[in-house]
Amino acid sequence: MASLVTKNTTLLIKLIKNVTNNSKRLSSHFIYYPDNEVPVEGETAKMNMMQAINNAMDITLKNDPTAVLFGEDVGFGGVFRCSLGLQEKYGKDRVFNTPLCEQGIAGFGIGLATAGATAIAEIQFADYIFPAFDQIVNEAAKARYRSGGQFACGALTVRSPCSAVGHGALYHSQSPEAFFAHAPGLRVVVPRGPITAKGLLLSCIREPDPCIFLEPKILYRSANEEVPVGDYTLPLGKAQVLREGDAATLIAWGTQVHVLLEVADMAKEKLGVMCDVIDLQSILPWDEETVCNSVKKTGRCVISHEAPLTSGFGAEIAATVQEQCFLHLEAPVSRVCGWDAPFPHVFEPLYLPDKWRCYQALLDTLHY
Amino acid sequence: MALRTGACVLRYNALRTTARSLFTRTQPESTQNNVKPAEFPGAKAPYVTEMKFLNETSYDPIPIYRVMDNNGAVFESKEEPSIEKDTLIHMYKIMIQLSQMDKILYESQRQGRISFYMTNYGEEGIHVGSAAALSPDDLVFAQYREVGVFLYRGVTVTDIVNQCYGNVEDLGKGRQMPVHYGNKQHNLVTISSPLATQMPQAVGAAYALKRQENNDRCVICYFGDGAASEGDAFSALNFAATLDCPIIFLCRNNGYAISTPTSEQYRGDGIASRGPALGIRTVRVDGTDLLAVYNAVKESREFTVKNNKPVLIEAMSYRVGHHSTSDDSTAYRSIEEIQKWTNDESPIPKFKMYLESKGLWDAELEKSWAKESRDTVLRTMQVAEKKKLPHWKEMLEDVYYEMPSRIQKQMQEMENHLKKYSDKYPLNKFQSD
Repeated sequence: MASLVTKNTTLLIKLIKNVTNNSKRLSSHFIYYPDNEVPVEGETAKMNMMQAINNAMDITLKNDPTAVLFGEDVGFGGVFRCSLGLQEKYGKDRVFNTPLCEQGIAGFGIGLATAGATAIAEIQFADYIFPAFDQIVNEAAKARYRSGGQFACGALTVRSPCSAVGHGALYHSQSPEAFFAHAPGLRVVVPRGPITAKGLLLSCIREPDPCIFLEPKILYRSANEEVPVGDYTLPLGKAQVLREGDAATLIAWGTQVHVLLEVADMAKEKLGVMCDVIDLQSILPWDEETVCNSVKKTGRCVISHEAPLTSGFGAEIAATVQEQCFLHLEAPVSRVCGWDAPFPHVFEPLYLPDKWRCYQALLDTLHY
Repeated sequence: MALRTGACVLRYNALRTTARSLFTRTQPESTQNNVKPAEFPGAKAPYVTEMKFLNETSYDPIPIYRVMDNNGAVFESKEEPSIEKDTLIHMYKIMIQLSQMDKILYESQRQGRISFYMTNYGEEGIHVGSAAALSPDDLVFAQYREVGVFLYRGVTVTDIVNQCYGNVEDLGKGRQMPVHYGNKQHNLVTISSPLATQMPQAVGAAYALKRQENNDRCVICYFGDGAASEGDAFSALNFAATLDCPIIFLCRNNGYAISTPTSEQYRGDGIASRGPALGIRTVRVDGTDLLAVYNAVKESREFTVKNNKPVLIEAMSYRVGHHSTSDDSTAYRSIEEIQKWTNDESPIPKFKMYLESKGLWDAELEKSWAKESRDTVLRTMQVAEKKKLPHWKEMLEDVYYEMPSRIQKQMQEMENHLKKYSDKYPLNKFQSD
């Protein structure tokens, strides 16, 4: 009897160990830091990022009769459930599936916007946005410029889930913001959680320029906040300073903001120093002023993004910082990024610029 | 030669018969066996027990609809459209105006007065025939060889010449190469260079129109046989069909994509055969026959606005001119071939003979209108040439709705640079503050 208990206990322990190992493999590489301050007064509700995005689109469809939402599998709610319930609410002519073709989705959206409708296009994964690259970069971005201001497709917003998710590998993990940052005429925006997702998405939808709205997919369910239920927007082209300090400036966007917030806590705890943490939010056009003012104050700058190092958007920030803050810099601008390799499957924990790599970069910067 | 042709026809007929018998046997067999048609989500079709492949000879070639013969005589009087006399004359005048403009602007590029040009020779009938059959409210998404549509809509020679010069009067503010016209007032969406990108956009615009209250507008989307090979072309046709859009796709199949002949562009029965495959109502017309194009577009327009379903028209024609001023087409096709299409199968003489047969046109009118339209272009060019180019700051305007601070800074940087180096740039050509 005793041996049986022991055997069972051993099995149970083995099982628990197994589950723990598995969940460890799938667990996030960051701790989520929820926003505690709401941008507007009024009623709030607990929402994850998927619900906040759904809520923003709900508000749009309700108030703007020209607005339509479309993409692959959008009709039944989308593979990430962001359009859940919207087809039932607003009808099949406003929330609908398209054929499986990203260039078609982007082009279709441009046409809708050209003819006066508000277009919200979903590209199922940012990794699959490249067939639409021509439509976005050559058409949407240039529509106003090439027509001398006669035509524009600013009413187009392309939403797409991006970035690491724990097991996404090469084609479900990419962060393609830098590709689009090289296309004047576009706005590229990345939220860090439910409150910013709702406010920034509503801004993108109403903004008279075409927007690429990249949603870090790992935050869809893992990020929960008290989100204002009413209508509100957050400014585009503006960064947000989330922590203030004088030791260094830490810059990121999307999920990586949370990694740097933890690094700032580690620095405070272990080193007794305080850092500025900046969420860039808008990649294009970006808030040079907030970044440079911070670096002029701290003299040190660490930029981190999941996308590969070379020609990542960190390069643009670093170049601008050295130009604008040269005499204030106490150390070279540091970039902690994904390695210059495709995004790998089982190596994800080693590929990502996690808190340890970022913390070491901060140490190196502080001790330069 | 005759023998070989004969053998070819025989072989072709034999193939056709085999294909037909294969095809016709399909139906009875399934009913004989009393088997219910398959109900796969992807196809409701009969089962057969004999494996059959289909190929391009399994179907008859899609016929080419025409109204007139080469002498402008109408084959079937019931097919002759009833168009007001004044409109008929206007249509012809636009074709001549277009042709004269092409001639002069092409030459002006050769003289270095404008940087680039593309002629429309051989396709004037498609432009004018389609434009006349549309409502002026219908939204046009053009490729780059449809300027006749622009002229018919009311865009002036002056507008066109100003665009080619990129001067201060150019609506596009001198930003695009010549022939990239656009005119919002006339519902003509600005042209861009990438091929077929306008196609899914046209579908999206049609969807937006459909959703407008009491909509009576449609979209027409022009494209060429080369552009039809782009992924955007397929996506557009498929989106239009699945999303029920009021759009007319008008393919100008002029035989060449720059130097690539259609024989190297596709192997099926032209572009039209793709329509039914995607569930799109389709017709093929003789693009050198203005009246055939007019009838096809008119009927397509009625259908698409009423039913919110797309239509595909393939207008067969021949690109008589070179692809552009950067091309010499005699490097890849014979002069005899070009001559045949210039002399025997050209839309302008055909329509002229039609008008003459109705007593609406004669040699005297031809001479005076040709002169008038030529003079209009020359006069316009003299004026356009003297106009300044837009202010250099227009280089950085209209990128965004509001100029972001980084672009403002760049403008300031350039301004400072120009103050120091003003003699190094042709600033006198540009409008000043």
